[in-house]
Amino acid sequence: MEIFQQILFVAALAVAAWLITKRIRLISRAIRLGRPENRFDQPDERLKTMLLVAFGQKKMFNNPLVGFMHFVIYAGFVIINLEILEIILDGILGTHRLFAPYITSVYPILIDVFELLAFGVLSVCIIFLGRRFIARVSRLQASRHHELQGWPVSDATIILVAEILLMIAFLTWNASDSVLRDRGIGHYGALQGVVPDFLISQFLKPLFTGFSDTGLVVYERVAWWAHILGILAFALYVTYSKHLHIALGFPNVYFSDLQPKGEMQNMPEITKEVQLALGLPITTEADGSQVNDNGLQSGADSPAEIGRFGAKDVQDLKWINLMNAYSCTECGRCTAACPANITGKKLSPRKIMMDTRDRLEEVQRGWKMHGSEYKDDKSLLNDYITAEELNACTTCQACVNACPININPLDIILQLRRYRVMEESQAPASWNAMFSNIENNMAPWKFSPGDRFNWADQVNDLK
Amino acid sequence: MTQEVKTYKVPTMADMAASGEEPEILFWVGCAGSFDDRYKRVTIAFVRILNHVGIKFAVLGPEEACTGDPARRAGNEFLFQMQAMSNIQVLNGYKVKKIVTACPHCFNTLKNEYPELGGAYEVIHHTQFLQGLINDGRVRVKDGQPFKGKKITFHDSCYLGRANKIYEAPRDVLAALDADLVEMKRVRANGLCCGAGGGQYFKEPEPGNKDVNVERVEEALSTGADTIAVACPFCMTMMSDGVKNKNREDSVRIYDIAELIAQKQGL
Ligand code: SF4
Ligand code: SF4
Repeated sequence: MEIFQQILFVAALAVAAWLITKRIRLISRAIRLGRPENRFDQPDERLKTMLLVAFGQKKMFNNPLVGFMHFVIYAGFVIINLEILEIILDGILGTHRLFAPYITSVYPILIDVFELLAFGVLSVCIIFLGRRFIARVSRLQASRHHELQGWPVSDATIILVAEILLMIAFLTWNASDSVLRDRGIGHYGALQGVVPDFLISQFLKPLFTGFSDTGLVVYERVAWWAHILGILAFALYVTYSKHLHIALGFPNVYFSDLQPKGEMQNMPEITKEVQLALGLPITTEADGSQVNDNGLQSGADSPAEIGRFGAKDVQDLKWINLMNAYSCTECGRCTAACPANITGKKLSPRKIMMDTRDRLEEVQRGWKMHGSEYKDDKSLLNDYITAEELNACTTCQACVNACPININPLDIILQLRRYRVMEESQAPASWNAMFSNIENNMAPWKFSPGDRFNWADQVNDLK
Repeated sequence: MTQEVKTYKVPTMADMAASGEEPEILFWVGCAGSFDDRYKRVTIAFVRILNHVGIKFAVLGPEEACTGDPARRAGNEFLFQMQAMSNIQVLNGYKVKKIVTACPHCFNTLKNEYPELGGAYEVIHHTQFLQGLINDGRVRVKDGQPFKGKKITFHDSCYLGRANKIYEAPRDVLAALDADLVEMKRVRANGLCCGAGGGQYFKEPEPGNKDVNVERVEEALSTGADTIAVACPFCMTMMSDGVKNKNREDSVRIYDIAELIAQKQGL
């Protein structure tokens, strides 16, 4: 019987590992679809940022209460994983509480901490459900944010309910185990006197006192299996879910932008064109990035690979933009801070991130079904993100500032704008007027450049 | 009070170069500072302060051109770089080292985006510059009048604040005025945009429930302040329009930080 359980356990573990590895490889392939970009510079600064923002959850504490509650789940997640180590070893070896006899002095303390955390996670998940469905926190309401309709809300609910169930399984498993130990049954009884009752589950013991011995063993096994299979299923589920941030949040913060928020990234391929147009000497790119001959006018180089100006689809974005998309938690802090969204415009930075991920996954599905050369006739621009959304952005960087894991929705918006303006000449008419004013009058308005210095005439007589 | 007659001077870089001189700083006026009637007053106020403290400065005058910021943020990288590289040629031609500007958009572009295109300068915003003058005692403001007890609220500009983390300089200047600084609900890193950045100033807003500047002005008015201080030409216009929208233009005034200092000095 025991050996049968062990075989089953190893099989479940292997299947889960195989499925999860497949998902990880698919996701990493999807991220590598993006254009190259060096985010390996300044390792000290990056490490510091990651310790503060990812491990330390610094930005979450901008709202101390929510920050604390999130921290409980986060700490629970990280620390309860230690318990899973014992569970997995027990499963493989057919043992029961393998570590208990070896670390008798600290074992009960450890389990008490796990139970406390489990109880914390359980409570916070219930509060979080309440915030969504009773207190109705505005940024989480699908009625206010159409990008949340359907799957995103179910996804969030599934996660919270799953965590609650996992924690219940864990706590009741410990409780039934304690009762079995008290009754001195089998290998449970062997730990009598070695392992005491635990901090939280001792209060759940009365639930099980009416059980027969067999009933208790059955419950203990069911809870144990439910807990571990639930965790494996959850780990796999996470790779399909916004909950992927629990893993990708860390590298995402490590590779986040380090330059000032106001700095927009340069396009070296345009520098060359402009240098040609102005008759300046061509400087070679300091960062070694490739220069594409886009055929605008130069003819000086042999026609190289034709590159796009700006981004139309996911593969035109940088890999970090795509990693951002997979890391996004859909928490909507960006959108809640966005002036355009606050005043009822269609733009929502959260939707920009969700669209990018959805489009990426659509491309992946296409490859899976039709081979890796497959191209559909859709694109991120227009089919997902519309001009109306893009044009509403004030580039105020509130979204960039608000994101707890340093995601940059603005960067994507700006790359899509570049494509619309430079490749499609699709700017709003008044922007085109502004462009031609700058070009002809050296100012965004239709004033004569010769009048630029007229203000100085008033410097002595203005009251 | 006897009105002493002052004459303020605005030397250009070309003048300076002709007489073989080098100014300490270049004052980058910006398009709004040159052409917008309201912001011209700020330019003039700042020039008077520069005269008053006797710092050797110059402007580019007719040789200045748009930094290209609105073009770049609207997506026209080509036009931006044309502007940037021409400006850099001019600036480098005069061997400019230090630039002061009253426009956060010019500030951000000159400071963060020109270096990669060959133009590296020390760039400071006029609020930082004024803060420096006050700290060094070159501008003395501590006598109470005319701001004592006046409620002033400060609107953070995105390109000064979030973009470049300058939150304290304008507040320090306001504090030195002895005014009563009342903060809005969304300030500093959480400040709400005036609605003009990213090229919005140059087109109609997309459809929504409200314009961004109206939302922001409502927040400013709810502090009870009768002066809204700004540090950016675009914020200035957006806030003024918002106040008009609320029919409060008779009771609420919008001033740039430089104008407040100039008023204090009787300049
Ligand atoms: S940068 Fe654009 S998308 Fe982000 S908060 Fe500002 S207006 Fe919204
Ligand atoms: S981009 Fe950041 S702030 Fe916005 S929803 Fe995603 S995780 Fe939240």
